[in-house]
Amino acid sequence: MELLLVILIGLLYAAGIYMMLRRSMVKLILGLILLGNGANMLIFLLGRIVKGKPPIIDSAEKMFTEIYADPVPQALILTAIVISFGLQSFAIILVKRAYKITDTDDLDELNTTDEIYE
Amino acid sequence: MKGKNTFTFFRNLGFLTLKKKSPISMILAILSGFIVASMIPLMSKFIKGKGSILIPFLPLALFIYFLTFLPQVSQGNPIDFFYSWVPSFGVDLSFRLDGLSLLFTLLITGIGTLVFFYTYSYLKGHVYLDRFYGYLSMFMASMLGLVLSDNIMTLFIFWELTSISSFFLIGFNNEDPKSRKSAMLALSITGLGGLFLLAAVILLGYVGGTYSIQELLSQSELLKASANYNWIIFLLFIAAFTKSAQFPFHFWLPGAMKAPTPVSTYLHSATMVKAGIYLLARFTPVLGGTAEWNTTLIIVGAITMVYAAIHSLFRLDMKGILAYSTISALGILVFLIGLGTEEALLAAGVFILVHALYKATLFLITGIVDHETGSRDVTVLSGLRKVMMPVAVAAFLAALSNAGAPPFFGFVGKDLIYEATLHFGDWAYVLTGAAIVTNICLLFAGLLAGYKPFAGPLPKQFEKVHLPHPTMWVPPLILAGLGLVFGIFPSLIEKSLIQPVFTSLVNNDTIIHLKLWHGFNLVLGLSALTLATGVLLYWKLKPSNNLLRKTFKFEILSPKTLTEQFGNLFSNFAKLWTGFFQNGYLRNYVITILGFLTLLLAFRLYQGVNIYIDTATLTDVTIYEAIVVIIMAASIIFTVFSKSRLVAVASLGVIGYAICLIFLFYSAPDLAMTQFSIDTLTVILFVLVIYNLPKYKSFSKKRVRIRDGILSIFFGTLIALLTLEVLSEPLNRETSKYYAENAYILAKGKNVVNVILVDFRGFDTIVEITVLVIAAIGVFSLLKLRLKSIEKE
Repeated sequence: MELLLVILIGLLYAAGIYMMLRRSMVKLILGLILLGNGANMLIFLLGRIVKGKPPIIDSAEKMFTEIYADPVPQALILTAIVISFGLQSFAIILVKRAYKITDTDDLDELNTTDEIYE
Repeated sequence: MKGKNTFTFFRNLGFLTLKKKSPISMILAILSGFIVASMIPLMSKFIKGKGSILIPFLPLALFIYFLTFLPQVSQGNPIDFFYSWVPSFGVDLSFRLDGLSLLFTLLITGIGTLVFFYTYSYLKGHVYLDRFYGYLSMFMASMLGLVLSDNIMTLFIFWELTSISSFFLIGFNNEDPKSRKSAMLALSITGLGGLFLLAAVILLGYVGGTYSIQELLSQSELLKASANYNWIIFLLFIAAFTKSAQFPFHFWLPGAMKAPTPVSTYLHSATMVKAGIYLLARFTPVLGGTAEWNTTLIIVGAITMVYAAIHSLFRLDMKGILAYSTISALGILVFLIGLGTEEALLAAGVFILVHALYKATLFLITGIVDHETGSRDVTVLSGLRKVMMPVAVAAFLAALSNAGAPPFFGFVGKDLIYEATLHFGDWAYVLTGAAIVTNICLLFAGLLAGYKPFAGPLPKQFEKVHLPHPTMWVPPLILAGLGLVFGIFPSLIEKSLIQPVFTSLVNNDTIIHLKLWHGFNLVLGLSALTLATGVLLYWKLKPSNNLLRKTFKFEILSPKTLTEQFGNLFSNFAKLWTGFFQNGYLRNYVITILGFLTLLLAFRLYQGVNIYIDTATLTDVTIYEAIVVIIMAASIIFTVFSKSRLVAVASLGVIGYAICLIFLFYSAPDLAMTQFSIDTLTVILFVLVIYNLPKYKSFSKKRVRIRDGILSIFFGTLIALLTLEVLSEPLNRETSKYYAENAYILAKGKNVVNVILVDFRGFDTIVEITVLVIAAIGVFSLLKLRLKSIEKE
């Protein structure tokens, strides 16, 4: 399974970068999300994956008695997911607003600040 | 006799005021210029109006303060002031007042006083008078610090400060593009020199083990024997040559004459440009006396003095003439320091004073002429003695001192120069010849600037010209008068001023004698020859525009043109470079960064991949997982290649859910929950916005898409390979172990991920929530706020 995940991560990164290099702002955001997902998967995998052993202490015990999944990458990823949602939602709304004002989705038409109101 | 009386007078003066020498008084004296400069903006109205006459009393007070040290220094007792500043770096505020420093401080404050008073009338009512005084005070303080510092690190700091204040003063007429350009040129050349000085200082400190000039003096032999000696003097020379406008760095000085005349007088003839000379003189006892030191200085000095002297023949602008003759005079000084004999060093010490007196006078007179007639063209000006007699008198006196005519101080100076060159062994005739040529041209230049505008008939257009305010014509008269007085009575300054200068230059006890009359000998003959030829040249050679234009042909080869071309080349390259990388296209930045990163990673992997996967440790793949992976891979491809935005967003949602399932399979229920809700929200948000957006289309050309595709695939592959490499490394679980063990014991929680987030790293989570709130406010305001009418256009 690790090998399959490695391939998926590579795919997510490649797709994310490709989308970021497009001229459409919507594609830029899609690329950003893909890249974020790739990074999350990467962290997850590097913490080593364990099947069916969530890092939750058994209700009868005070400590782990058997092998458990690493909680630290999970905490990191959880933070990352939430933060990237903040970023994504803001970016999506920003694109909408920018389109309303400039009438374009093409980044190349937005690379100057001078002539927007012409 | 007379000399002795004056001497006693100064000593008495000293006893009156000199009660004690605390370092504080010296530091205050040096910094007073900075203090005044920083206070001027606060009372700019007052300074521009009634207060303007007060500022010149600052240099006057300083002049008197430094004069009180004269008796003690004349007796051969330098005065030290020490205040520890940054002891850990060996940087101290240590000041030493010896003969050389005293000569310079008196020049700085004395000429400073006259220039400040002169400015009072020259720039009366100018909008920026306050600024001008501020820059000038700042410069004076920096210059004082420079010549008094015993610590070479502080010397460097003051050195840079003089360059900076000079930049402001040259660019004082900031609306004139030529002024600004000249200021930039001067700053870049002297700034370059400053950089070399810093290197020299660090190297000196490294080899000598100290930053104190006094202590370096005792290390002289060690320094000269050091392998770094050539580097040290090379760096020091570049610093001195740039500051003192030596060939081939001389060209910034004529440009610097764009500054108002008081600045040209003060900075660019009498004081700042002599800082390089000061540096060389100061280090003569430490580093001088070797063949490398002497030969380099003689060659550079000789080239500069002859080259600039000949240049001054063809100028028409009084300031231009004086600028080139100043460069030439600086060349003479470097040349004399290079000769390095006792006679030559004495000549240098005397010539510093000679030149300061007559050149400052000539500059001040140029300023008066310019101020009153509006012209500085020597072909137009004539007969002005009839309307401004006192100015003409000062000008004649200065021109005569410049010419080295007896009984002026200039005559004493020139005699010493010829004596020094004549007694210089094998090369005596060549060097004397160079000195004679230089002096003839300088004489010519002096007559052109100091005699021509005042002689002959008065043209009609100048008949209404009148004498300016006394604060303008008295200063040049004082300076020119001193040139005469010191010439007739050299004993006035022989023991009190020149002897200590000489002592600090040669570092031994030789006693000197200054004499006006040496009897009939070869030196006198040479002086007469110089005078006669110079005057003859003045009658024969009439400067004109034609002659000036002929020299322009050589402009293309001049160091100035070459430097400017180099500068343009540099800025064009910078423009191209910036235009290429900072072109305003976000994706080009991404491509640059990723391309570079990919190359770097590829190089690293090329050097050796260390991937070892033990298949036994891998987790098995069940059928459910395989299906999830396939769905996810397919969705990624859909997202990228879909022609419909809705499909792309939907596929993105599928990717999110697939990740959610993977989290669930591999023991991360919290992550699965979060991913599920966030992914749903994102998709909903997208769909809400989608209808308002334009057609979903592909803007790029096919070629571009292929290029991006290749780059992305490369990058993805590299990330995958890196992941594999990291996977084959052992993992350090110390942190997770700590959290797992203490989750219940310390935080009373059993879900370790939750405990980490809300307990162990609770603060991080609070900040995270804050970020989300800010994002939410942003989203809300972007959605709800109405567009202003102007934005809707």
